[in-house]
Amino acid sequence: MEYKLTFKEYSEALKKNILLGLKCKDCSAITVPPKMACRSCTSTKLETVELKGNGKIRTFTAVYVAPEGRENETPYTIVLVELDDGPWIMGNLIDIDPSEVTMELIGKRVRMTHKVFPGDKYSAGGAARPLFSFEKQ
Amino acid sequence: MRKVAVVGVGETRFSGAQEKTEVELFAEAASDALKESNLKPKDIQALFMGNVLGDFSEGQGMVQSFAAENIGCFNIPANRYEGACASSSMAVRDAFVWVASGFYDIVLAGGTERAATMGTPLATRTFAMFSDSRYEFPSGITFPGVFALLAHLYAANYGIPLERLREQLAKVSIQSYKYGNLNPKAHFYGKYADLTVDKVLSSFMVASPLTLHDCCPFSDGAAAVVLTSEDVAKKLTNKPVYIIGVGQASSGPLMNQQEYLPRLRAREISSKQAYSMAGVKPQDIDICELHDCFSIASLIAAEGMGFFEFGTSGEAWEKGKADIGGQIAINPSGGLKAKGHAIGATGAGQVYEIVEQLRGEVEEGRQVEGAKIGMTDTLGGEAGTLVNLILQRGW
Repeated sequence: MEYKLTFKEYSEALKKNILLGLKCKDCSAITVPPKMACRSCTSTKLETVELKGNGKIRTFTAVYVAPEGRENETPYTIVLVELDDGPWIMGNLIDIDPSEVTMELIGKRVRMTHKVFPGDKYSAGGAARPLFSFEKQ
Repeated sequence: MRKVAVVGVGETRFSGAQEKTEVELFAEAASDALKESNLKPKDIQALFMGNVLGDFSEGQGMVQSFAAENIGCFNIPANRYEGACASSSMAVRDAFVWVASGFYDIVLAGGTERAATMGTPLATRTFAMFSDSRYEFPSGITFPGVFALLAHLYAANYGIPLERLREQLAKVSIQSYKYGNLNPKAHFYGKYADLTVDKVLSSFMVASPLTLHDCCPFSDGAAAVVLTSEDVAKKLTNKPVYIIGVGQASSGPLMNQQEYLPRLRAREISSKQAYSMAGVKPQDIDICELHDCFSIASLIAAEGMGFFEFGTSGEAWEKGKADIGGQIAINPSGGLKAKGHAIGATGAGQVYEIVEQLRGEVEEGRQVEGAKIGMTDTLGGEAGTLVNLILQRGW
């Protein structure tokens, strides 16, 4: 069976600030990042949909020790965001100095753009990842 | 299924970067295990071995075949297991399954790793390979970062002020270091006995809120265990340690585990399998070597296995309930944080510790007197792999 929404298609769309996900034709659940089977009912009857990328921060960390080759990015903040569409997604948070992140971040509303990781010698190319900033009040 | 016993164990010291190869390290552990078992290399029917990053640390793939040949186990089937930090627990579990099934009578299981040899930058990069490479690593996730995310989520979900949680976590590390200090096989043997909460909190930040002393070190080391059928065990030793329950489960990327977090479903499934097979409950376990790659990981693990109520493990540690003489003795080896984390060898090293404890053969000050039932808990990646083993004194 053909893979409905590949990483490459997902990443290329994200580079245009479009977040693609999969909507289940059987149970309506949204799956993102894309998979072969619905995250809720495991159906493979899925259609590609555009998501808004808004949501709220569920947890965070400021990273000070980076993987080899990414030292010049530190410190940076990673968040897990619960999208309004349901799934949680990992990305980076801008708009705040990583040294100033506190528990007050949890629950904050954010919106999504993107940033490209150019890749390293192990990564089989680059990838766009979600970049979150605070929703304007 | 047949009963399966551990009849011999061996382990190198877990250490910082050192010059022995992965094959040499494993050969030392395996030869000790064979000697204890009163077996010769020709008696071993198969080798099941954990090794995670030998491709990166030494440029050595398929290390298990070279390890088998090196110790004189010529031409036996040799399998490598890669489940990140749970690799050698997978190997031991599979060895158990094959012996229990009757296919083999005598299997050597274990693991070897040179995680420290890689150095922190490469080790940090390669450990991050156990997160999702497409959908998580681009954000710069690291292994400490995963547990840092869980630490903040734990504080939020259970309503524990972060400063309070950080103090509790510091006390978890202090208990680990206390026993690592007494364990000659530990990476931090003879070190850090004077660690204080202030020293933990003021060590440098790795991934907030986790500081250096909330984190395990990268270690080099190897461990090996010999598993046999009950009939064979009775001929070899008067102190067999039986594996009475095993469990294993998997999970997808951390973000896909979403609303279940900070609980890790794979552990709850895996430990339930092990308890069910063994016919025991969490309160029957005298000693547990659990996967404390980070201080917060200890709390999550102890709750996932049912030792303490969700959200209460920090208090349990503070009150000594997780210490020798408490409700359950957790990580009297020093655990991953102080004994060390030679990832492909860590699970087999936990089995080594439990067997030595049940035999009453560890150093004074960290022996759990009269322990009869012990358990191991090994987590790979973001709970992508989770293995639990329950062992019982056979005499």
